[in-house]
Amino acid sequence: MTAAAGTGSQRSRDGARAWVPAAGRVALVISVALTIAVSMAFLMLPIVALITYQPLHDLISGLGSQVAVDAIEVSVKTNAIAFVLMIAFGTPFAYVLARRRFPGRSVVITLLELPLVMPPAVAGLGLLVAFGTLGLLGHTLSALGIDLAFTQAAVVMAIVFVASPFYLRGAIAAFEAVDQTLIDVAGTLGAGPVRRMLRVATPLAAGGLGAAAAVAFARGIGEFGATILFAGSFQGTTQTLPLAVYSLFDANLDQAIAIGVLLIAVSAAILLISKLLASSWQTSSKLTSPWRGGRSSFAPR
Amino acid sequence: MLVGPSGSGKTSLLRTVAGLERPHAGRISLGGEVWFDARRGVRLSAERRRVGYLPQDYGLFPHLTVAANVRFAGRRDRPDLLERFGIDHLSAAHPWQLSGGERQRVALARALAREPQVLLLDEPFGALDAITRQRVRDELTGLLPKLELPTLLVTHAFEDATALADRVGVIDNGRLVQVATSAQLLDSPANAMVAALTGANVLEAIATPGASGCTVRLSGGGELRSSTTADGPVQIAIHPWEIELTDPSSSTLTDHVVSVRQDRGRLNVRLHRFSVDAAPGSDGQIGIAEGDVVGLRAVPSSVRILR
Repeated sequence: MTAAAGTGSQRSRDGARAWVPAAGRVALVISVALTIAVSMAFLMLPIVALITYQPLHDLISGLGSQVAVDAIEVSVKTNAIAFVLMIAFGTPFAYVLARRRFPGRSVVITLLELPLVMPPAVAGLGLLVAFGTLGLLGHTLSALGIDLAFTQAAVVMAIVFVASPFYLRGAIAAFEAVDQTLIDVAGTLGAGPVRRMLRVATPLAAGGLGAAAAVAFARGIGEFGATILFAGSFQGTTQTLPLAVYSLFDANLDQAIAIGVLLIAVSAAILLISKLLASSWQTSSKLTSPWRGGRSSFAPR
Repeated sequence: MLVGPSGSGKTSLLRTVAGLERPHAGRISLGGEVWFDARRGVRLSAERRRVGYLPQDYGLFPHLTVAANVRFAGRRDRPDLLERFGIDHLSAAHPWQLSGGERQRVALARALAREPQVLLLDEPFGALDAITRQRVRDELTGLLPKLELPTLLVTHAFEDATALADRVGVIDNGRLVQVATSAQLLDSPANAMVAALTGANVLEAIATPGASGCTVRLSGGGELRSSTTADGPVQIAIHPWEIELTDPSSSTLTDHVVSVRQDRGRLNVRLHRFSVDAAPGSDGQIGIAEGDVVGLRAVPSSVRILR
């Protein structure tokens, strides 16, 4: 400190000078703490408000209403189907994109991520003019007697459209992290491409795949914009939980909030699962290279 | 057995034989079976070639147990193989729980479960520390002859070659430079690269023909006699153990001592231009120290002329 070295008449001035940066540091700490407190409060307060809005038994009875029960059924059914489709088609697709180098690969990956940043309402419009009765493909489909718009199938399509890019992106990263040597060795041991993917790459990428699936699932559960435009909001067929919140908003705020709390609980559970899976993935990718973190060669058997 | 410096194309060669890399030209066949022929458009995929390929880190599947790793190759349990390699007590262990030698045995057992026609080993001791390396190499030396399989092993270390193989090929920059026994490689290296790989001193010199051989004048001063006839600029190779340190005043070749190190009863003497493997004096005295000037002597037959 220069203040300590000051002598005589200089001392008081130097002391004041040293005090100013010290005060500045205190002010900085206080303002950082305040920023964190305000941000946390801003982010947490709506959640707390939803949960504490009504007594627990009102909340449960709100979830027992016909609208809520129907919405739960629609949400569970459509999300389950969308999830299965996403995993079944997305996993091999992500594996090929992660493993093969071909011209235009980065263009394909960028295009796949477009729905990620696209406004969901625009996605719904797009689905409507593509598959709707008057749409690009819808014309042909309706000639065949298939009408997709405003059906439960449309809900599934909307969910797959907005949620699968989340899965694909995470799955590509997870497969890219698998040591290529292990996949090569599997080939020399007689495993064809399918067995290499199922028995070697997928188990080694499992944590990352699970985390990506959890994120995509959460996105699907919360899907609103694309669904309401492409599938509408008909109770019992296309009205999912977020759509039910919107339609109950005018009619019965208590029930809307009860559904809101349910969705918060589901989101929190998914978040927790994805965190656990991501950390297990980090552990397992350490195991991919047997020479790191392994037992020393000198360790007793 | 193929030896070559890093980047010489050893790993690429093994991967090409295994079917993991596609060469531009050439032909790979084993017995009567053609695996690759650029001209005829034949290219068998890796899973259809019967090879036992061990990459540098052995490539054990970390998510599978030892038994499951071996089962992966033949799609059935192979307790006989686990027993044969002395790893049956480890069958439920995962790769990260194994030592370097155990990993190698698991990888070999797995490769054999594939019933390969050829064994491909890439730097099998590359990832091991010096002590484990020696033990694992001894283990492999004992195992390989019993497998009765044609084996292609690549390494950058010449001592691996002397320990393991009957015939050693030296590869440099993707080309096969010399194929011989390790004794022949030591005795008559084809070029300076081969000589340097075997650990010989390689020096530039000018040869002047004389009675029964020639005299070589080394760049940097000094002379040696060689029993080989040569004339003009040459390179010479002398092994560290073929040089004798003598009194500098009566010697035609002198050099400064850079460092002296005792190693298993021998002296590793690093000179300015040479590396010498000398026997200590009869009384066990070292007798030379850093900065000393020493004389060097070598019998003419050990002064090999390259080129």
